Amino acid sequence: MSERDRANLPPLALHVPEPRFRPGDEADFSDIAVPPAGATRRPDTADAASSFHELAYGLVRVLDDEGNAVGPWDPRLDADAKRRMLRSMALTRAFDERMFRAQRQGKTSFYMKSTGEEAVSIGAAMALAADDMCFPSYRQQGILITRGYPIVTMMNQIYSNKADPLEGRQLPIMYSSKEYGFFSISGNLATQYPQAVGWAMASAAKGDTRISATWCGEGSTAEGDFHSALTFATVYKAPVIFNVVNNQWAISSFSGFAGAEATTFAARAIGYGIAGLRVDGNDALAVYAATEWAAERARTNQGPTLIEHFTYRAEGHSTSDDPTAYRSAGEPNAWPLGDPIRRLKEHLIKIGEWDEERHAAQDLELAELVKREQKEAEKNGILGHGMHQPFESMFEGVFETIPWHLKEQQQQMLDEQKAAGL
Amino acid sequence: MSDVTQMNMIQAINSAMDVMMERDPNVIVMGEDVGYFGGVFRATAGLQAKYGKARAFDTPITEIGIMGVAIGMGAYGLRPVPEIQFADYIYPALDQLVSEAARLRYRSAADFTAPITIRSPYGGGIFGGQTHSQSPEGIFTHVSGMKTVIPSTPYDAKGLLIAAIEDNDPVLFLEPKRIYNGPFHGHYDRPAKTWADHPGAQVPEGHYRVELGKASVVRPGEAVTILCYGTMVHVVANTVEELGVDAEIVDLRTLVPLDIETIEESVKKTGRCLIVHEATRTSGFGAELSAQVQERCFYHLEAPIERVTGFDTPYPHSLEWAYFPGPVRIGTALKKILKD
Repeated sequence: MSERDRANLPPLALHVPEPRFRPGDEADFSDIAVPPAGATRRPDTADAASSFHELAYGLVRVLDDEGNAVGPWDPRLDADAKRRMLRSMALTRAFDERMFRAQRQGKTSFYMKSTGEEAVSIGAAMALAADDMCFPSYRQQGILITRGYPIVTMMNQIYSNKADPLEGRQLPIMYSSKEYGFFSISGNLATQYPQAVGWAMASAAKGDTRISATWCGEGSTAEGDFHSALTFATVYKAPVIFNVVNNQWAISSFSGFAGAEATTFAARAIGYGIAGLRVDGNDALAVYAATEWAAERARTNQGPTLIEHFTYRAEGHSTSDDPTAYRSAGEPNAWPLGDPIRRLKEHLIKIGEWDEERHAAQDLELAELVKREQKEAEKNGILGHGMHQPFESMFEGVFETIPWHLKEQQQQMLDEQKAAGL
Repeated sequence: MSDVTQMNMIQAINSAMDVMMERDPNVIVMGEDVGYFGGVFRATAGLQAKYGKARAFDTPITEIGIMGVAIGMGAYGLRPVPEIQFADYIYPALDQLVSEAARLRYRSAADFTAPITIRSPYGGGIFGGQTHSQSPEGIFTHVSGMKTVIPSTPYDAKGLLIAAIEDNDPVLFLEPKRIYNGPFHGHYDRPAKTWADHPGAQVPEGHYRVELGKASVVRPGEAVTILCYGTMVHVVANTVEELGVDAEIVDLRTLVPLDIETIEESVKKTGRCLIVHEATRTSGFGAELSAQVQERCFYHLEAPIERVTGFDTPYPHSLEWAYFPGPVRIGTALKKILKD
């Protein structure tokens, strides 16, 4: 093409996504399409993934604005199960409040709350079998709490104290518990995705009945690991549930930087030929129903399901983050899907199985419970106050048996400390 | 001891996997083209037919996926032996290998481990250009929590691979593809040798181990210690033979954990040390070897430690034989180190 011809072309323009609201703006989410609860069809779990593509663009909802559970996705849980669900969510929130404050008091280095996203992990954990394997990201503490993992042990890990099962080696909240089906959390994003597929493939290869489930944020769907995982999962029909927690924000980057302006995250499933669902992530019953449906597909060799949980990160990314620096302060309250705890509470009240007094009493009881557990945990020490693991333990557990070069470095460190009078 | 057969290195590696799959139902092999076809170098030939598709299978072309899936399988209780088709292709898997497999035991306080052996052909001398010739071992020896193993004979390849598969930590098993079919003498313009008359090609058919972390003195000598591994063991041995130098050749076999005792003993005896590897020079494994020898043997050294390595360039296709640490370059270094 000649210079002259080029002159007739419009100049190219680079599109850099921009969130609609910044600090000082009034948040208005009225353009987010929220279909009525109960309106989305529920395909049979044996249906081909290609027969319900529209579910990747819709929104599975069970709880309506009046507190009713409606439609084909209503999992019809009994009242006890719903109260357990409510309690796990409330306990997770109380735990988060307490540990956030502990970090602010200088008792540990780091904390991450899951406020507003409790339904995503608790709804799923209740729908999975207790021995299904979870490969979580860093905001799924609700899984451990639902499965009854000791609160005091979680706190010991957060304090990196002498009772920390991870021996002070891992950043706070990066729990690991094989016994509770909770894979060691990595700080690197989406690495757990192909790992969950490998676990599921192994389970299938062994003729086991257990499945795996994994979680990542919408931001980390951009990682290669995510796409490698989906490719492997579709190729081998791995019995795995992929959860994308679309909480709108990846630290300060809004979901547009992961592609949300162009399509949904559930729609990623379609290109891979796997089942995709988009779910109201603040509706614990919808999350439960979607997980139950995906688990049944996985357990009957129908392969993987990708579930996008449409939710909102109501607080900062972590204790190291200040969201008022990049987003409108009004966003959390303007979020059209409400608060997951309030919504389940209102539903239980509506069906006559709960009331405000019991709820207030439960909140008080849970606040007392986490305070009591915290006191117990602090008997084992807090970060940086002397009651840590022995110095020489730093060199242990790198390998199954400690090789000479680590022994030599260990001895050198101990000798230097001794010589320095430490 | 079981019957001994003559094997080339591919056959020995294949035999190691066969023996381990027979003994342990949790051992599985996977990778690009490794299933029905048996691998581009034929290392997994026959394993799918013998053990079924659930234990020997092809994978999508994603090294992130291969490594990540292997970690998940390891967490389940399997003992995966993934193949990365060429070591040059391993870089997409770095995060899964470095931050996940190598750190899993430590970060979970042994709640989860990664008993994975990653096999990968590496090294030059095959006119493979820059994407089929690299020696990336130094990247991995720098990583805490994983072992790096490089055999130089069929016998060692099988025994080391069995020991690697039985190891409960992640092991990178780098296979010097130039010597898959014969021990390379270093002269690209002379007829290639086969393993036929090499003692290291006499391989037991059954199970045996060559322990990780143990070097092998392949030629005892008094004049100089030469530290090397992989293809270079043979190039060095041939060069020493041609020059009539009484060198002590130490085949490291495992880079991490390193057999420091054998190295220290040898250098203190000879007083001179030459390090030879194919990998690029700066921050290569030779730098670590040189530092270790200097720290431990300084007062025994009669000459500066010398290194013969690949140059700090990408692997050059047409100029491969000028780049390759061949007899001329090794000979020059030997003359320099022995002159006083």
